[in-house]
Amino acid sequence: MEETFTHKKISSIKFGLMGPKIIKDMSSAKIVTPELYDKEGYPVDGGLMDVRLGVIDPGLKCKTCGLKLKECPGHFGYIELARPVVHIKFIDVVLDVLRMTCSSCSRLLLSDEKIAQVAKSFEKLSEITDEKNQRILVKKLIAEAKTLSKCPHCQAKQEKVKLEKPSTFLENEKRINPIEVRARLERIPDEDLNLIGINSEVARPEWMILTVLPIPPVTMRPSITLETGERSEDDLTHKLGDIVRINQRLFENINAGAPEIIIEDLWDLLQYHVTTFFDNEVSQLPPARHRSGQPLKTLTARIKFKEGRIRHNLAGKRTNFSARTVIGPDPKLEINEVGVPRVFAMKLTVPERITTWNEQYLKAFVQKGPTDYPGATYIVRPDGRRKKITDETKEQLLEEIQPGFIVERHLLDGDVVLFNRQPSLHKMSMMCHRVRVLDGLTLRLNPAVCTPYNADFDGDEMNLHVPQTEEARAEAEILMEVQTQIISPRFGLSVIGGTQDAISGNYLLTQEGYKVSYETAVDILMRLGLVDFSRLPKKKEVTGKEVFSVLLPEDLDFKSPNKLYKTEPENPESMVVIKKGQLKHGFMDSSNLGEGSGLLLRQIYKLYGPEKGVLFLGRVYRLGIEVLFIDGFTAGISDIDLTQEGDDKIKSILDKIDKEVLLLIKKFDDGKLEALPGRTEEETLELKLLQLLNRARNDAGAVALDNTIYSNTIDMIKSGARGSSIHIAQMSALVGQQAVHGSRVNKGYNDRTLSCFKRGDKGSLAHGFIRSSFKDGMKPYETFFMAMTGRDSLMDTALRTPKSGYLYRRLANAMQDLKIDYDFTVRDASGKIVQFNYGEDGVAVAKSEGGHINVKRIISNILEN
Amino acid sequence: MVEQLKHNLIPQHEKLSEEQKQRLFEKYNISFKELPKIHVSDAAIRHLDPKYGDVIKITRKSPTAGRAIFYRGVSRD
Repeated sequence: MEETFTHKKISSIKFGLMGPKIIKDMSSAKIVTPELYDKEGYPVDGGLMDVRLGVIDPGLKCKTCGLKLKECPGHFGYIELARPVVHIKFIDVVLDVLRMTCSSCSRLLLSDEKIAQVAKSFEKLSEITDEKNQRILVKKLIAEAKTLSKCPHCQAKQEKVKLEKPSTFLENEKRINPIEVRARLERIPDEDLNLIGINSEVARPEWMILTVLPIPPVTMRPSITLETGERSEDDLTHKLGDIVRINQRLFENINAGAPEIIIEDLWDLLQYHVTTFFDNEVSQLPPARHRSGQPLKTLTARIKFKEGRIRHNLAGKRTNFSARTVIGPDPKLEINEVGVPRVFAMKLTVPERITTWNEQYLKAFVQKGPTDYPGATYIVRPDGRRKKITDETKEQLLEEIQPGFIVERHLLDGDVVLFNRQPSLHKMSMMCHRVRVLDGLTLRLNPAVCTPYNADFDGDEMNLHVPQTEEARAEAEILMEVQTQIISPRFGLSVIGGTQDAISGNYLLTQEGYKVSYETAVDILMRLGLVDFSRLPKKKEVTGKEVFSVLLPEDLDFKSPNKLYKTEPENPESMVVIKKGQLKHGFMDSSNLGEGSGLLLRQIYKLYGPEKGVLFLGRVYRLGIEVLFIDGFTAGISDIDLTQEGDDKIKSILDKIDKEVLLLIKKFDDGKLEALPGRTEEETLELKLLQLLNRARNDAGAVALDNTIYSNTIDMIKSGARGSSIHIAQMSALVGQQAVHGSRVNKGYNDRTLSCFKRGDKGSLAHGFIRSSFKDGMKPYETFFMAMTGRDSLMDTALRTPKSGYLYRRLANAMQDLKIDYDFTVRDASGKIVQFNYGEDGVAVAKSEGGHINVKRIISNILEN
Repeated sequence: MVEQLKHNLIPQHEKLSEEQKQRLFEKYNISFKELPKIHVSDAAIRHLDPKYGDVIKITRKSPTAGRAIFYRGVSRD
């Protein structure tokens, strides 16, 4: 099918007002009667549903263009208003213009010299600066012209023109009617208008007072036929009917020479109807209503607001070929896979074009039909006709099918889809995954990709989109697939890494002295999907390091400290050394496998590419979990039992702290405490006490970690999988200082926090220092303090989330058009420079290590080779 | 009185000569319009007696690059 296109370029757009002549010229019908249909139900000529305005009934032909329903775009009509009325949306402009022009000669209220001067500076201005500055100048001018009380041209005295809301102009407390207003505006010379920012060629101010009203085509206000056969007209048609009716009555009354009062009343009524036709939510005006009492939806309501055309239909689009449900974890999936329920896979389809080579393959899907799983739902013929595949049509379609047809087949394993979780703050919030069709009704993902999506499984839902064209699929695969997203452009390290069990499992496995039987090792490796065990030493027992090495690339050389290095740099186990793909010594922990810091992952990704990197991560992840399955991995209360020695040490820490606190308070009471710069003595005391008490908890943490009986909980902390020494301390030794609004607890009763303390007590207990541990249980007053912090932090998160979200939105909107040019400058869409060198150092963060370029490593790499 | 210009947080501001200015425009293939702006009455350049159309070179300390150079065009008020 050949399509022919005409390519045209828009060279300019001009905005202006529509004058009566333009309105009449563009109209195809003059509307004279409020009646809609005649007795036969045919649209009345000259009525609001006139067939010259377009057609909304099937079978009828448009009298203007001769096209049928859905082909005819609709045509405008007009009505001649018996008396002019003000256009409510331009009322402010009209008021401004009235105020700065003379009431008798309609010249601008500026002296001739001033006018000449402004005209000159205007010319100069338009050469060098943009419209924004011109607008500022015009504003100044308007303010100046308004203040004069005598016309410099005809010397007439100027009265202040006032606007009585919504649409009445008063001069000297006397009403000036729209006819008079229009007459004044007509007299303003073109040159004067150009000075106040009105282009007289396209926008004469008198056009803001309506003498003819354009009638929108029927196609934008179609009537609905109810089941009963009754017709229900659109809100706009109702409103227009009112206008036409009142207009007719006004005409009749004027022609009959009715008293002025009656005419004035009708005129005001016409003004009301025209105003509400444009905007039904003008303040001081009662909105026009249906008989049922609900307000009519007129022009402004159609465009503005959340349900309006812009925010609802233009900015907010809905999409087909998408799915959304609750998510769940499945570590057996590869990291770049997503588990899709079968029922979803049968609704979501991928269009595939038939060629001679895939004809049989695609016909098999058609044969299966829409209800049998790997089937198809539609075929598309080369002429663009879509045919649904059903049991009846199946046979016929199978015969008809040939190369060039498109089959919309069910989603299959390996198809490319986009996966997304809101809020999409990241580019990693929307990544491309491969489909794995699974049983069940939830979307499944590897827990390693929880971090980039910021997902957990407490009821989170995620969205899935199926790209429908080859281009979209290619783009998704190359730019968005999970493996290409591992290194974050924010800090140049991996966002995806081992978590939780994956780390503690590998930590245990790679400990010196960890051994498993050959059979167990093969068992584990096989469960990771490995089939080649040639790299596993053929011994009766293999070490954990040997098992781990099987996953490593054969030629990898790597050296990096682990978490032990800080405390025991001499210990060979504190340095991970990999030579020729063999883990020689050192154990794995979060500093090599974790997210963010995962240096081993980072190195493999860099040396072997995204595909290998993601495969390695997936295997290591599952290896950790499988290792824990061998002996089991649990935690209990006894994990945090302290030794007698530990108990004593904690006690002595607390005693020491108590003494120091008392000393500090005494110093303060004696007035000997030296205030820190910029703080009062009270503030200094508070600050020092807080420091002191926080140090107590940290010290207790270190002691507790060293004096706990060896357990799985300790393993988790040491490997960096979960928890820290502070958590151990809180459970076994002391919970520590509670803070509300960043300082010690200072609220409650007069001069004290709770009624069980003495007034003015500055001691640690009275201000939220919890000496008990979670295991021993807290004292009543400690419970109160704990609850206070709990509430405080809850408030904090509840208030911070929307605030930071809005801040982010503003940032994103402000920076959305920034890009780095080839000369490393950051520029916006108009070429304006924002930075002269990206980030001031020109480093591509995504290709660096944590924002830095490791020059040492690069040099040593070059020297070695 | 505090000498503002010697304050740690005020970077060094210099006025470019006409020749330097042209070279800058050529280097980035820009005109005056594409430069970021600085107000004529900005306290940091008052001592340079700036005029509309001048270009100010700012040398700052930078956490990423150590020393970073930035240019701003003097705007009218």
